Amino acid sequence: MSGVLVFLEQKSGVWNRMSWEALAAGQQLAASTGQPLAAAILGANAAALAAEAAKYKLDELLTVENPALANYTADGYSAAAEQVIRQKSPDYVLFPHTYQVRDFAPKVATRFHQLLVSDVIDIKQGPILVRQLFQGKLSADVQFQGAAPYFLSVQAGAFRADKLEAAASAAAPQAIDVQMDASKIRSQPGEPFRESQRAVDLTAANIIVSVGRGIKEKENIALVQDLATALGAELAASRPICDNGWLPMERQVGSSGQTVSPKVYIAIGISGAIQHLVGMKGAKTIVAINKDPNAPIFEVADYGIVGDLFEVVPALIEAVRKSK
Amino acid sequence: MKILVAIKQVPSRESQLRINSTGQWIDESDLSFEINEPDAYALEEALQLKEKYSGEVVALCAGPASASQTIREALAKGADRAIHIEEESLASLDTLAVARLLAKAAETESPDLILTGLQSDDLGFGQTGVVMAELLGMAHATIIMHVEKTDSFISVKREMEDAWFQNVQLPLPAVLTIQSGISKLRYATLMGIKKAKTKDVKRLTAGELGVDLQPVISMQRVYAPEKSKQTQLLDGPPKEAAAKLIEKLKFEVRAL
Ligand SMILES: Cc1cc2nc3c(=O)[nH]c(=O)nc-3n(C[C@H](O)[C@H](O)[C@H](O)COP(=O)(O)OP(=O)(O)OC[C@H]3O[C@@H](n4cnc5c(N)ncnc54)[C@H](O)[C@@H]3O)c2cc1C
Ligand SMILES: Nc1ncnc2c1ncn2[C@@H]1O[C@H](COP(=O)(O)O)[C@@H](O)[C@H]1O
Repeated sequence: MSGVLVFLEQKSGVWNRMSWEALAAGQQLAASTGQPLAAAILGANAAALAAEAAKYKLDELLTVENPALANYTADGYSAAAEQVIRQKSPDYVLFPHTYQVRDFAPKVATRFHQLLVSDVIDIKQGPILVRQLFQGKLSADVQFQGAAPYFLSVQAGAFRADKLEAAASAAAPQAIDVQMDASKIRSQPGEPFRESQRAVDLTAANIIVSVGRGIKEKENIALVQDLATALGAELAASRPICDNGWLPMERQVGSSGQTVSPKVYIAIGISGAIQHLVGMKGAKTIVAINKDPNAPIFEVADYGIVGDLFEVVPALIEAVRKSK
Repeated sequence: MKILVAIKQVPSRESQLRINSTGQWIDESDLSFEINEPDAYALEEALQLKEKYSGEVVALCAGPASASQTIREALAKGADRAIHIEEESLASLDTLAVARLLAKAAETESPDLILTGLQSDDLGFGQTGVVMAELLGMAHATIIMHVEKTDSFISVKREMEDAWFQNVQLPLPAVLTIQSGISKLRYATLMGIKKAKTKDVKRLTAGELGVDLQPVISMQRVYAPEKSKQTQLLDGPPKEAAAKLIEKLKFEVRAL
């Protein structure tokens, strides 16, 4: 009983890029625990994807093919993952923390009387896993207790896919047989769809002024709109602003909105939860305006003003006008 | 339709958090608490489903005696009754143990539907609902934006990455984890607040539920996050700070 097993994620033959971040975490964990590394691909055509995974340093590459895995279902994927884990008996089972993993990985862990240590941002010697509490306001060191297998998922952007170690020689894919009982799959998934037309393309903006719940009321949005206009910037928002209908959905930045990388991103009254950060961390310069000096947004900000946005934003508008 | 809603009490969002003397959790002594945000939407969804399809809404909460404040609010908004698993030191239990407690208490109720929030604001494991579903042998779906019921199944709208969605059909009984912001939250009415005082709250202890509480993970240390960037803080009165920022954007960043 040993080894690190990483489940890579694909949908209809397209990789979820977070798979490679999870693999990078897997390489790190395998190296620090001195254990072999395996990666598994689940799907109806898993073998077709193997070549890309084989580029990276791994000891075993497992392809788990079954017609019942063509469309994702929690019952189907849990049954398959459980069987792979029972056959391979790894000590550590790693996933990227995707929406799909949130949906089935805890179920798999429960079958082994374990808990998924979710959304891990760092793995230290021990292994000690670092994860966020209170939407990023605090961090916690977590350790597994009792016997393996141990389950963890890694947060988007926490491990670097560009640091993946390449294979000296490509691992030969190994097909793993799983028994699937179609009658045990209880949910019927429909085709994925999109709703908003994305009339606004935030990705082209040079400067983005983004507003969060610190703005308090719909009527106050005009204030940040004025700043955006003065700067020639696009206006964007955190999710709660769009949920409330204060700005249209297509102006939402984050994991369930747009991913932007403007030259300047000005976050006003936004706390900096990870689901927001993944959408704007790639901005060249990040400015945060927040009254709470401990707000997680300051962890990624290049420039910050700690203060009341209702005082700071009008002052900024004036300063922009003066500078012209 | 009998609907169970798992609600957790957490420190209010704008709390200034301080680490406690053990270094393993926060100092809760002078914090104010509120319902976990997505749980408020789970409760709202349950109340709307009851209004549409009739039935009963039961709030389920594991937490210290002080969590009865959050339970009362759920009752005042319209939950019919509540189950309170009283546990003073929730922080010493891991999420698997809490899910086992909640599942055991839920089992005796034989609900058609269990709603949870998709994630707790404090621990953020994002899995208690899924674990409960597995323990109870129920179907489940996560990050739900919309729920509809027909005679034989429910149809839910799941959120996926990058603003994609998917409709999924599930048989009942089922567990759904509800996303924040999917509807408008109601306020408790004066009448509701009055009525809440007479509603039944069943109190249970972890001992009575007799589940395995042995932790499988432990939290060693809680601390302020390490910063990944050096932030230049621009200080002074708002006018001065604003002028400094615009100067930086103009001359250092060259964006204006
Ligand atoms: C599956 C999932 C997907 C999600 N997708 C997204 C997404 O795509 N995009 C997204 O943004 N979020 C998303 N979220 C939600 C995310 O977790 C946070 O809840 C959200 O980003 C918080 O928005 P906020 O920062 O505006 O609000 P809050 O967290 O409430 O922060 C408000 C901030 O304003 C500050 N503030 C208050 N008053 C003032 C003032 N007068 N002056 C200055 N500052 C002030 C406060 O200090 C605080 O930091 C998602 C969550 C989940 C679970
Ligand atoms: N102690 C608790 N009491 C009631 N419900 C809980 C408790 N802990 C977690 N939950 C529910 O499980 C959801 C997910 O929590 P978590 O897995 O911690 O992110 C929450 O939104 C709640 O609905």
